Amino acid sequence: MEWEVVIGLEIHAQLATKSKIFSGSSTAFGAEPNTQASLVDLGLPGVLPVFNKEALNMAVQFGCAIDAEIGKVSVFDRKNYFYPDSPKGYQTTQLHHPIVGMGHIDITLEDGPDKGVTKRINVTRAHLEEDAGKSLHEDFQGMSGIDLNRAGTPLIEIVSEPEMRNAKEAVAYFKKMHSIVTYLGICDGDLSQGSMRCDCNVSLRPKGQEEFGTRTEIKNVNSFRFVEQAINCEIERQRDILEDGGSIVQETRLYDPNKNETRSMRSKEVANDYRYFPCPDLLPVVIDDDYIEAIRSHLPELPDQKKQRFMDDHKLSEYDASVLTASRELAAYFETVAEKCGDYKLATNWVMGELSAAMNKSDVSIQACPISAEVLGAMLLRLKDETINGKGAKTLFQSLWEKQSDDVDALIESLGIKQVQDSGAIESIVDEVLANNQAQVDNYVAAAEDKRGKMLGFFVGQVMKASKGSANPGMVNSVLKTKLDEKC
Amino acid sequence: MALDRSDIPNIADLARLAIAENDIPQYQQELSNILELVEQMNAVNTDDVQPLAHPTDAVQRLRADEVTETNQREKYMQCAPAKEEGLFLVPKVIE
Repeated sequence: MEWEVVIGLEIHAQLATKSKIFSGSSTAFGAEPNTQASLVDLGLPGVLPVFNKEALNMAVQFGCAIDAEIGKVSVFDRKNYFYPDSPKGYQTTQLHHPIVGMGHIDITLEDGPDKGVTKRINVTRAHLEEDAGKSLHEDFQGMSGIDLNRAGTPLIEIVSEPEMRNAKEAVAYFKKMHSIVTYLGICDGDLSQGSMRCDCNVSLRPKGQEEFGTRTEIKNVNSFRFVEQAINCEIERQRDILEDGGSIVQETRLYDPNKNETRSMRSKEVANDYRYFPCPDLLPVVIDDDYIEAIRSHLPELPDQKKQRFMDDHKLSEYDASVLTASRELAAYFETVAEKCGDYKLATNWVMGELSAAMNKSDVSIQACPISAEVLGAMLLRLKDETINGKGAKTLFQSLWEKQSDDVDALIESLGIKQVQDSGAIESIVDEVLANNQAQVDNYVAAAEDKRGKMLGFFVGQVMKASKGSANPGMVNSVLKTKLDEKC
Repeated sequence: MALDRSDIPNIADLARLAIAENDIPQYQQELSNILELVEQMNAVNTDDVQPLAHPTDAVQRLRADEVTETNQREKYMQCAPAKEEGLFLVPKVIE
C-alpha cells in the first residue's frame, strides 16, 4: 500500500528577555544551580506572578512576522501536572486564547527532488508559557537533583498545521522558524543550549484517505539533523507496524540518536489529565491596534524580504540569495563584505565559494570565522582594483585564514603578490618566454587562425609562471597576442 | 453527573493526596454534589454571555524586563529537606 506521511511540529523557543516571564530573576544560561530561582520560580505560597512586558512584545513581533492574527485579549491558564522540576504543580500557559492565532510561513527545500520548490505551511497558533526547571538523574544518594534556574524562562510554543509530508519539509520548516526568530532577535536560536526544541507529530494514512491516522509525538528533538533522522525512523517504524496489520498506539516517544530509533517514553497507561483552568493569579492581557501596529512598523528586515532585496537590487540568483539569507549572522557578514568591496557579485562568489569551503573544512561557524567581514571586504577591494589577481587573492585568503595578519595591504607586500601592472616589465617577461619557446612560436605562426586562441594559453601559462603568478593576466594576454601576431 | 467510587482514588492521585479507604464514600458524595451544582449552572442559557476569565474587570499589569532578584539560594534552601551541590534533592523520578 502507498502511504502518505503527515507531520506537524511544535517548536518551543526561549524568548531572549533579560528576566523571567513572571519574576525578576535572571534568565542567563549557565549559572550555578538555583542561584537564579526566586520565590515565584520556586512556587512558594503567598507570591504573585507579574507578566514581563518584553515577553509580550516579542510574542507579538513573532505574530506580525508570520502574518498572524494577534490575540487582543489573551488569557493565561494553568496546566496541572506533577513533576518536581515544576514546583508549582502546574505550568502557566495559554490554552483557549493564545497571543498569536493563525499565521503562515513559506519554506523552500534545500535538496532532494523538490529542491528550490516553495511551499506554504500554516501555523495554527503560538502561545506564551513558562519553561520548567531541570532534573538531574545522576546518583545523589539515590535521589534526583533539581535545578530551577530555567523554571519561568519565557517560551513561545509555535504549533504548525499538520501540513508537512516528509522529513525534509519538517526540517525546512524548523530552519525557517529558527531564521525568523533569530532575525527578530527574540530568541538566540542556540539549539545546543536548548533555546529551541522541537516536538514532531508523525502519522501515516493510506494515500487518498482524508482521515488522519493515529499519531505519535517525538519529544524534544534539539537539532535540525535529528529532526530529519527521528522523523524518518518513526515513519519506518509506523509503516512496518501498519503493513504487518498492526495499529499505532498514540503516545510520546523519545529519539535516541546513538541507536537511530525512537522509543516509548511513558509506561503509564493513564492518559494525562491536565485539568486546565484560567490562572486566577493573572488577569487577561489586553492590547490594542495601536500597540500591534507600532510593533509591526518596527519589525526588522526578515529573511524573505532580505532574499528578495538581494535578488532585486543586487542581482543575486535565487539559490545564492536563499543560502546567504538563511542565517542572520551569515547575511550580516555577507552584506558587510559586499559593502566594503562595493561588489555584490564578487562578494557572493567568495562567501559562497572559498569562505564556505574553508569553513566546512575546518568545521567552524560564521560566528567563529577567523577572517572578519571587514577584512574579507578589504581583500576583495584589492582584487577588484587589480592590486592583486585571482591567484594572489587565493594566497592572501589562505594567509588571512591562518591569521598571519589582519592587515591586507601589509600582507600583500610581505607575500610579494602585488600584481605586476607595469607594461614594460610584462613585455620583457613575454620576450623572454617567446625566446625560450621557439618551437611553440613556430607552431603558433603555422597554425590556422582559429586554432591560435587555444595555443595562446600555453604562453599565458608560461608568462604567469615566470612572473611567479603576479602578472596581470589581462595585460599578459594582450601583450602576448600583439607580439605573436607581429610574427605572423 | 455522579462519580463512581472508582473515580475517587484517581482524582486523589492527580492531586497527590493520600486518602483513607473508608473516607472514599464521603468524597464520592461531596464531589458528586459539586458536579451537580455545575450541572445546574450548565442549564442556564449563556448564548449571549462572554466567557469570563477573571471575576474583576481589571486587565493584567506589565512589568519592565529587568533583573530585580539576587541570589538567595542559601536562604531559600534552608527549608529543603534534602540538598546537595546547590540542588534540591527529591525522590528519584525516573524508573
